[in-house]
Amino acid sequence: MRNPFMHCLRLSMGTLLLATLGLSARAELVIEITKGVGQRTPVAVVPFGWEGSDASEPMDIAAVIAADLERSGRFDAVDEESMLQKPTAGVDVDFDDWSIVGTEAIVVGKLTQTGDNAYSLQFQLFDVFGKKQLVGYRMPASRGTMREAAHRAADMIYEKLTGIPGVFGTQVAYVTSQGEGKGKTYTLVVSDADGENENTIMESRDPIMSPAWSPDSRRLAYVSFEGNQSSIFVQTLRTGNRVKVSSLPGINGSPAFSPDGRKLVLTLGGVDGNLDIHVLDLNSRELTRLTTDRAIDTEGSWSPDGREIFFTSDRSGGPQVYKVSVNGGTAERITFEGSYNARPRLSPDGRKLALVHLDRGNYRIAVLEMDRRQLLVVSTGSQDESPSFAPNSDSLIYATRQGRNGVLETVSADGLVRSRLAAGQSDVREPVWSPFPRY
Amino acid sequence: MKISTMALIALLALGVSGCSKNTIPDPDASATAADGGADASTGGYGADGTSGGEFVDDDLLGPDGEMGMVIYFDFDQSELRPEYTDLLARHATHLANNPGTSARLEGHADERGSREYNIGLGERRSQTVRRMLLIQGASANQISTVSFGEERPAAVGSDEEAYSLNRRVEIKYTQ
Repeated sequence: MRNPFMHCLRLSMGTLLLATLGLSARAELVIEITKGVGQRTPVAVVPFGWEGSDASEPMDIAAVIAADLERSGRFDAVDEESMLQKPTAGVDVDFDDWSIVGTEAIVVGKLTQTGDNAYSLQFQLFDVFGKKQLVGYRMPASRGTMREAAHRAADMIYEKLTGIPGVFGTQVAYVTSQGEGKGKTYTLVVSDADGENENTIMESRDPIMSPAWSPDSRRLAYVSFEGNQSSIFVQTLRTGNRVKVSSLPGINGSPAFSPDGRKLVLTLGGVDGNLDIHVLDLNSRELTRLTTDRAIDTEGSWSPDGREIFFTSDRSGGPQVYKVSVNGGTAERITFEGSYNARPRLSPDGRKLALVHLDRGNYRIAVLEMDRRQLLVVSTGSQDESPSFAPNSDSLIYATRQGRNGVLETVSADGLVRSRLAAGQSDVREPVWSPFPRY
Repeated sequence: MKISTMALIALLALGVSGCSKNTIPDPDASATAADGGADASTGGYGADGTSGGEFVDDDLLGPDGEMGMVIYFDFDQSELRPEYTDLLARHATHLANNPGTSARLEGHADERGSREYNIGLGERRSQTVRRMLLIQGASANQISTVSFGEERPAAVGSDEEAYSLNRRVEIKYTQ
């Protein structure tokens, strides 16, 4: 691969390794569901039919869809062995055969090769008891986009069955570290939401922190400590090009894109180390300071309408969540329950606020309902951190501990469904869920 | 190799200017658009060459012959423990007597709680040390601060022993 940073890379003897999307990483995340809802809906995803000149089908589409639905914790995929028939089109489905074994929904489909690296993926979802089609769709795919197409089918199926948009086609960015002491390396990774398809975005011997997605999913903002100075970068995923957008003396931290993608909220500390919330216009480079309190003000996060910033401040003694208008003015305190509430992240629908909450000696993820101001603890670890909502506002991802390593978990916003993404030998943290993909 | 040599010179130049600029607020710095970032991101490494070792000066050695480059803090505290008063006085005197010398104060926190908030806690500790050095004769342009929060622990582990070693400020002389 031709890499414009190669000469630099040699010069710094591997101190900073910049990689663009396309490099596959070592360990893939493995998912295990640790807690599901009591009643799971049985769904049959029948193995897809295959018509093509290739020797075999390029991917087991049904397996990807079934794994997605199971991972949600709301569905049980029917075993292939217990299927009395294996239709690949709706006309061949005998609904009685399926209702006998208690299947409530059935997915059938087929993959057809239409060119050298061109395929057509078709699927239909049926309500077994109502004996009617709920959704049917056909979409083009290549070998490179096959998995994405399968996730997209799973998203449509999930939405039909639950009324909630699926997030199987989304991505997650996170930071890992490997090794100890001088040999420690930090990596910024983007993978599919199911942990597959890991790509290294950036690698460094110095810490990497606080990744944040742009609303179009094309860029990531993050903090890097290259040269023993914190700086904020915005990197375009496809090209690997990055721009240093803030590198003032002192702290440059906690970037988050505005909903329109034009601004970043960030934390600046200055020479005197007074951390305050600022907004940086990425085009004009104009910087607006929103807080002036002498306390630590950090971890800014936008409201979905872009009018308010939620942030952490210890102006009352310990960290609590506050909000302030993007036009400045007086900050309003949001959290009152407990001595430690930090790192607020609003759900995309604006109705829930996820945060790190000190719960009887344990740092856990809690969800604050904005209407009723009720706080619900949704994680069970002792050092859980970095909550980030899925774009459907229905679940969130966060980092927890497994032994000495950090691992990622997802949990539904009501705390009922939880699954763990285990990642090999590296220490994984700071997951951030991407916005919805654009199909 | 020609391009590498030129790049090396450029990097060293960037590194040095980055140091002297560190304590001067520069509103334009945020507007630096470093395309690709390769030059800007590796610029600091010229200055980082000293991180593997430390200069020894008589006036920095304490009664026990130790340099004392790390200051530890109590849980949730950024106040200086009394035992470090003499140590910081030696560093302040050293800086005052050597105006060409500069120091980077690296603040750290233990791993509990939220990461960016911990960056704030580490910085608060750096600032405590900075103020002590300034009061005792060091000048502002000799001192820069950085906080690594919980990102660079000195001790691995999730117990109070490790935590107490990780709540610290490291003094790094950069020239």
